[in-house]
Amino acid sequence: MSGNASPSPPASPEIDDGTKTVIGIAFGNTTSSIAYTTPDGKAEVIANEEGDRQIPSVLSWVGSEEYHGTQAKSHLIRNAKNTVAYFRDFLGKKYSEIDPTNSHNSAHPLDVDGVPSFNLQQADDETVSTVSINEITTRHLIRLRDSASDFLGRKVTGAVITVPTDFSDTQKEALVAAAKAGELEVLQIIHEPVAAVLAYAARRTPEAQGVDRNILVADLGGTRCDAAVVASRGGMYTILATAHDYGLGGLRLDEVLVNHFSKEFIKKHKVDPGNERSLAKLRLEAEGTKRTLSLGTSATISIESLADGYDFHSTINRLRYELSAKKVFDQVVSLVENVVKKAELDLLDIGEVILSGGTSHTPKIASRIAALFPDSVPVNAPATLTTALNPSELSARGAAIQASLIAEFDKEDIEQSTHPAVTVAPHLSHPIGVVIGEDNSFQTILEAQTAVPARRIAQFDVQADGDVIVRICEGIREIVVEKVERQVNVIAEAAIRGAKRGGKVEVTINVGSDLGLNVAARVIGTQIGVRGEVKPEAGSAQ
Amino acid sequence: MASVKIPKPLPTLPEDWNSESNFIVHAPLSPAVHRNLSPAGPHFLAHARRKRHSRTFSEDDRIQAQQNVKNVEDEDAGEISEAESPVLLSRDPKDWKNQDHYAVLGLSKYRYKATEEQIKKAHRKKVLKHHPDKKAAVGAVDDDSFFKCIQKAMEILSDPVKRRQFDSVDEGANRDPPSKKSKGNFYKGWGPVFESEGRFSRKQPVPKLGDDKSIKAEVEEFYNFWYNFDSWRTFEYLDEEVPDDNENRDQKRYIQRKNNASRAKRKTEDTARLRKLVDDALSLDTRIKKFREEEKKLRNAKKDAREAEEKRLAEEARIKAEEDKKRKEEEEAREKAQKADSKKAREAAKNAVKKNRRVLKGSVKDVNYFASGDATPAVIDRVLGEVELVISKIDNEDLQTLARNLSGTRGADAIKSTWVEAVGELVKKGNAKVEDFKVFTS
Ligand SMILES: Nc1ncnc2c1ncn2[C@@H]1O[C@H](COP(=O)(O)OP(=O)(O)OP(=O)(O)O)[C@@H](O)[C@H]1O
Ligand SMILES: [Mg+2]
Repeated sequence: MSGNASPSPPASPEIDDGTKTVIGIAFGNTTSSIAYTTPDGKAEVIANEEGDRQIPSVLSWVGSEEYHGTQAKSHLIRNAKNTVAYFRDFLGKKYSEIDPTNSHNSAHPLDVDGVPSFNLQQADDETVSTVSINEITTRHLIRLRDSASDFLGRKVTGAVITVPTDFSDTQKEALVAAAKAGELEVLQIIHEPVAAVLAYAARRTPEAQGVDRNILVADLGGTRCDAAVVASRGGMYTILATAHDYGLGGLRLDEVLVNHFSKEFIKKHKVDPGNERSLAKLRLEAEGTKRTLSLGTSATISIESLADGYDFHSTINRLRYELSAKKVFDQVVSLVENVVKKAELDLLDIGEVILSGGTSHTPKIASRIAALFPDSVPVNAPATLTTALNPSELSARGAAIQASLIAEFDKEDIEQSTHPAVTVAPHLSHPIGVVIGEDNSFQTILEAQTAVPARRIAQFDVQADGDVIVRICEGIREIVVEKVERQVNVIAEAAIRGAKRGGKVEVTINVGSDLGLNVAARVIGTQIGVRGEVKPEAGSAQ
Repeated sequence: MASVKIPKPLPTLPEDWNSESNFIVHAPLSPAVHRNLSPAGPHFLAHARRKRHSRTFSEDDRIQAQQNVKNVEDEDAGEISEAESPVLLSRDPKDWKNQDHYAVLGLSKYRYKATEEQIKKAHRKKVLKHHPDKKAAVGAVDDDSFFKCIQKAMEILSDPVKRRQFDSVDEGANRDPPSKKSKGNFYKGWGPVFESEGRFSRKQPVPKLGDDKSIKAEVEEFYNFWYNFDSWRTFEYLDEEVPDDNENRDQKRYIQRKNNASRAKRKTEDTARLRKLVDDALSLDTRIKKFREEEKKLRNAKKDAREAEEKRLAEEARIKAEEDKKRKEEEEAREKAQKADSKKAREAAKNAVKKNRRVLKGSVKDVNYFASGDATPAVIDRVLGEVELVISKIDNEDLQTLARNLSGTRGADAIKSTWVEAVGELVKKGNAKVEDFKVFTS
């Protein structure tokens, strides 16, 4: 495996015939992933040379040799000062804006004219170079790109990269620049929760993708947890709200286990494994134990010479672990509840839940979140749904899907397609529907938060010969035990005369971008029908 | 686009649909909210193609499009976080019990009102500023004491139980009542006091002190609420620390007992303190006096009305009594007169009876007892005997008639037949038997 440690990539063996080869990159603080789309349109996550699909976002130097991923991560034990980890969120920020907490056990960020930087030994002599966060990011992206190029046998030319929804424009610009410095073109930056939604949507028929619903995406990572409510309307996605917890993630769960095992070790040997190196070992192994606990009901830990020459062997069962981690789980649950509140929705308004990020493998987290919702709401996580995708892969897959969709676009095309004049759209503030049945209940036809222009068609059975009425209304949310939409104001009424029992009435509602409404109702297969128009309120034109 | 099948039928057209047209417009749609579509996925790209046609959007278009877009990311915590004073910065983290956790996080304006979200944001802001690794990086001496204060503050304020314990003793949130001598506005002075005390109430919302315009029921509800205050305030935050070793069990138990006692004592004192506070406010609340005066006025008015009524009733009673008396007197007079009258009548009747009897007896004597010569004593006896018998049997009315008839009759035969007739009457009425009569029979 000597090739992995090579400071400069090997002379490129890939074909560079001018064709475009694009990938998706999920760039996390803890891990990164790369994915591509197979010729039959399936997104696949690529394993690097070491066989990792979740590549630790860590770089380390021993002399002039650069290590990346899992190898670099293992250097946190003996080579912490020359190892850079958990750096993604530093990119594009001023030193005063960064939270260095997670760098405590690795190279510390320094303030170099406001730019977060690291003092590292990257040469075989003792010289120390100051490396900016931008340069670190460039190195990381180069290593990811090279791994992908290696696997695909072709030079990767461009990538779609995912970032959290709170990434500022400055951060995005820094990311694009860092990639460019590594000769990687960023085709587009997309938001992690949207990538997760895309990863799931790609498995569905276009028809099923178009089914309107509110999707809650909880991205539970290593250093942070993010949640978003995404309105899916006709296959288009609008983020309604986001929430972030910067102190919550897999590291906190590692810490729970580290504390547990430390106490046990102290009890056994009367020695505190509190020195840096012992703790680093314990952290690394505890993470492995934690992952095992996601699959089995108990896990072992085994560390040679943990402290004072004592070895450490122990077992923990899942229940014990879950008990100790309860506070962390509680915080994840409250993050989820909070984002729904911020979207001004009720938990009952959520139609699907997607759990993304490595920590979503934790069974108790998935079941605690699932318990918030009715059984009819799918909670996509390995522990709650057998058909769930690997939560660690969602961002990269979504990015790869988007990359393949825009692979043939030129720069100008992408710029114009993502221009605010295209992305900003008026969204309905209330659902539009029809009053039906004996109880005059409100049947939604266009959900609230649907971007306009939009069109929806609904079909009703005719139960008896005679005249029927199509009463178009705006609904207001009113939640009683189950989801109920109550009509508030009647927008228009249409009379259909002489319908025959057994017939079908088709109602088409068209909302213009100016909020003008066109309604057509007809009895299918007859000449009977009515059309009408509702002019927009003066001044509400977009 | 596929149509959605709705399982329920459309309602029938109402009878009173009286429009010419088959389509009636009632109202336009409500205004829309401008939001950002996520520029990803096949459906979005189709939308972009439609929207773009072959147009090219400029920088101006960008600015214009972004003008009214709803932002889904949070604002900077800037406005909620205050800078630290030098005194605060030099705090000893070991003295955390006396630390003002809200001030440490820069939330002294908010305190018990700070939301979880605000606490999180304020904490993050302080972490970014005071992280010891950042200080060490610029060569400052290894001083992480204020950072420890920050972490302690967060530990307490992010835990609902610990936060309540701290809020219970958070001096910074207390509002002292205005001094007795203070001439200030009562509502301005006391309103904030009750608002801050209200934070301890299990029942929420807490009624407001109100103002001059508050009605009596509101003021009464207010004081009722405060006299029945249900407080969650606890005092374990002020506990003396229990030693953590296993050695000194007795000492441990002793301190625990002591802590429990002082918690209870403090709670009692707090209840008394609040009670006095409410007493003080009540005594200064001019509304109470106002309501009392209004009531007194009302009561006086009622009393006046009642007295007038009583007077009226007394007068009425007096008049009635007088009338009654008069009527009674008249009645008595009348009765007396009547009595006198009836006595006369009775006497007259008695006399009449006597007279009639005399007429009856005289009638037979006048005709010499129906004898042709001198009447023998036996004849006289018989005739008078039968006369007596008639007198004893006859009623007054018939007696009168008989007497009248006899007075108008002359001659023995006529007299006798009058008698015979009368006896016949008597016999017919069943008052006498015919055998008893020898003379007065035909
Ligand atoms: N099977 C598993 N069970 C439990 N935890 C896991 C599992 N696999 C990965 N994790 C945890 O997931 C976390 C990494 O998550 P992810 O790969 O989503 O990171 P990231 O997005 O880079 O994180 P960050 O939030 O730091 O940006 C780690 O803490 C890791 O221990
Ligand atoms: Mg992540």
